[in-house]
Amino acid sequence: MQLASRKLIDRSFTGLSVFSIVLVAGALVIILTPIVGRGMGAVFFRGTVEHRQVQLDLFGHGRGEDIAAEVAAAEEARRQVYVLIAEFEQELADSIRARRQYAEAMEEVKAGLRELLGPFPGETPVLYRERYGQTRWDRAQIKLQRVLYAETYDYSDPTQMGQKVLTPRVEEFAGTSLEPLFTILPARLEEMLRPRPTFYWRFFTNTATADYSFGGIWPDILGTFYLTFWTILFAVPMGIISAIYLVEYAREGNRIVVLVRTCINTLAGVPSIVFGLFGLAFFINTLRVSEGRSVLAGSLTLALLILPLVIRSAEEAIRAVPHTYKEASLSLGAGQWRTIVRVILPAALPGVLTGVVISMGRAAGETAPIIFTAAVSVARPMGLWSGLSEPTHALPWSVYTLCTEHKTVDEIRHVQYGMVFTLVLMVLLLNSVAILLRARISRKLRG
Amino acid sequence: MAVMTGNITIQSCKPTDPQPSTADWKAHVRAEDFSVFYHRNEAVKKVTLDIPVGQVTAIIGPSGCGKSTLLRAINRMNDLIPGCHTTGLLALDGVDIYGPQIDVTALRRKVGMVFQKPNPFPKTVFDNVAYGPRIHGVRRRAHLAEIVERSCRQAALWEEVKDRLHENALGLSGGQQQRLCIARALAVEPELLLMDEPTSALDPIATDRIESLIAELRGRYTIAIVTHNMQQAARVSNLTAFMYMGELVEAAVTDRIFTNPQQRLTQEYITGRFG
Repeated sequence: MQLASRKLIDRSFTGLSVFSIVLVAGALVIILTPIVGRGMGAVFFRGTVEHRQVQLDLFGHGRGEDIAAEVAAAEEARRQVYVLIAEFEQELADSIRARRQYAEAMEEVKAGLRELLGPFPGETPVLYRERYGQTRWDRAQIKLQRVLYAETYDYSDPTQMGQKVLTPRVEEFAGTSLEPLFTILPARLEEMLRPRPTFYWRFFTNTATADYSFGGIWPDILGTFYLTFWTILFAVPMGIISAIYLVEYAREGNRIVVLVRTCINTLAGVPSIVFGLFGLAFFINTLRVSEGRSVLAGSLTLALLILPLVIRSAEEAIRAVPHTYKEASLSLGAGQWRTIVRVILPAALPGVLTGVVISMGRAAGETAPIIFTAAVSVARPMGLWSGLSEPTHALPWSVYTLCTEHKTVDEIRHVQYGMVFTLVLMVLLLNSVAILLRARISRKLRG
Repeated sequence: MAVMTGNITIQSCKPTDPQPSTADWKAHVRAEDFSVFYHRNEAVKKVTLDIPVGQVTAIIGPSGCGKSTLLRAINRMNDLIPGCHTTGLLALDGVDIYGPQIDVTALRRKVGMVFQKPNPFPKTVFDNVAYGPRIHGVRRRAHLAEIVERSCRQAALWEEVKDRLHENALGLSGGQQQRLCIARALAVEPELLLMDEPTSALDPIATDRIESLIAELRGRYTIAIVTHNMQQAARVSNLTAFMYMGELVEAAVTDRIFTNPQQRLTQEYITGRFG
């Protein structure tokens, strides 16, 4: 081949490689930026006085007297609103005509106000969600719009979906005694809610109310941690022992070994939902390791899922250990088992660890296998050492249920983003720990 | 043997004429009609050879002549190769190495080995030398330190490594690594030391040091060394065995092999006509 064309091919190949790397890096940035950006929103936001009140009431954080003073100041600012409402209600009570015209709109305004500022003075709702106003200033802005504008749908064009029409309530209530409310509320909302930049690091360590309206995601983090921990505990020793058998003891070409290897490879390709169903059928229904879903059943299922990964990476790592190490050890009179434990495994450790950590990330993020075997949306938050036989929260599952089954999912988007962010963070953290560990061990091995 | 020229007959297993100086040599390893097979392929063919106690025996021959295979048969390293089996007798101190009663790890403890490429473990210098004693039950740190020092001194390595015992052995130079491997082998106090082309991966200076080390170790250990390098065999050994195509062509006192070989094939090999 001519030099020029060889160079051309060389260059275009280099260009292609660079292009694909840039593409991958770009994709990564595109994926990670919103996750990190929005996920941070769960931790960094403008928290209102309601947020601080919730923290004090439900979790006992914050200084009582400071918050009491703040709440008092906020109530002072809100009083005007409640006075206007009370006066207008009096008017409605007195006039049937006014009632007929405004009663429905009035209820909507009141509902909006309850969501924005919390229950009216004297009311004590049953649901936690209704006991407090908006804890976040960004959500409060949205709720404010609900109070200021009436939302109706225009169905006049039958070929189209209904069009949303917003009518300012100021116009609706024009001329009534309630009219000033709609100018006072936006003007003085800041005094009523007292937003302040908040670093809510307790998002990661607080438990949550059952519907995640308030509090953090600690139970989910803990559940994920437990599931991963037990999974690794089950899968790694088994995986490494299997890998040792396959490399050191099994005779190449033996039919059973070939069969086992094929099975492992097949297992690695089985869809995770199948593992989930298998876990339900086998661990829970047949072996009865627990009554219904449990951490034990879930981590056993996950262990099965990652076992092929662990075996394959450990096998490769063990195979990569120079043959001369083994010869040297055997020639010194060491038995095979001692050679494996003292020489081969330590030398294979970096590779084995990488495999373990990659499978850890997989185990932490898998949803399908735990749907039927371990995860629930409402569970007792686990204590640090509580039993294997209980079901648990788990991050991937909660992300899934929050966006598919939650009643007021729009209200808690930030929690959802926070969860995704945490999950990604956990996996990234795991990986970087593995990389560091691997680098350290390799350095030690290389001398 | 199709490749043999007509006038050469190979007398495998025929002991060479007794020499006055070899009369009192006691066999440490004795091979009688010993063959090694890789599946059907006979790599070592009916070899009869004595490796005498306390002497340096060199095994020379062209590549693929079975010299390494023979050497590795003595500590049963060939067991690692699937399909490898033996016939005939190979005895260490009169005990059949391939006998049913033999404990392979005990055998390997008695028969140390140094490999072609230096192969220290990726551990510290100390842990490398202490590896053998540790697996044979030495636990006390002071005792281990003593063994390490003695072995390193024997391997002429102590002065170079005494200040870096706790550094990784892979940081040593190639020649140092090979001497470390010798020290590691000596640390389990073997009776016999097998060396499989121990200097083929080393530069001339390191080679020289290993050769003088072998000279120092003569008498204390029985040494069997496989080498490509005929000058090396002439320099370090008392006894030389020449192998060709799996058969032992001639084994005799080194001086005689190099000055007055009995077989034409030997002569052709040592004069460099093939090999």
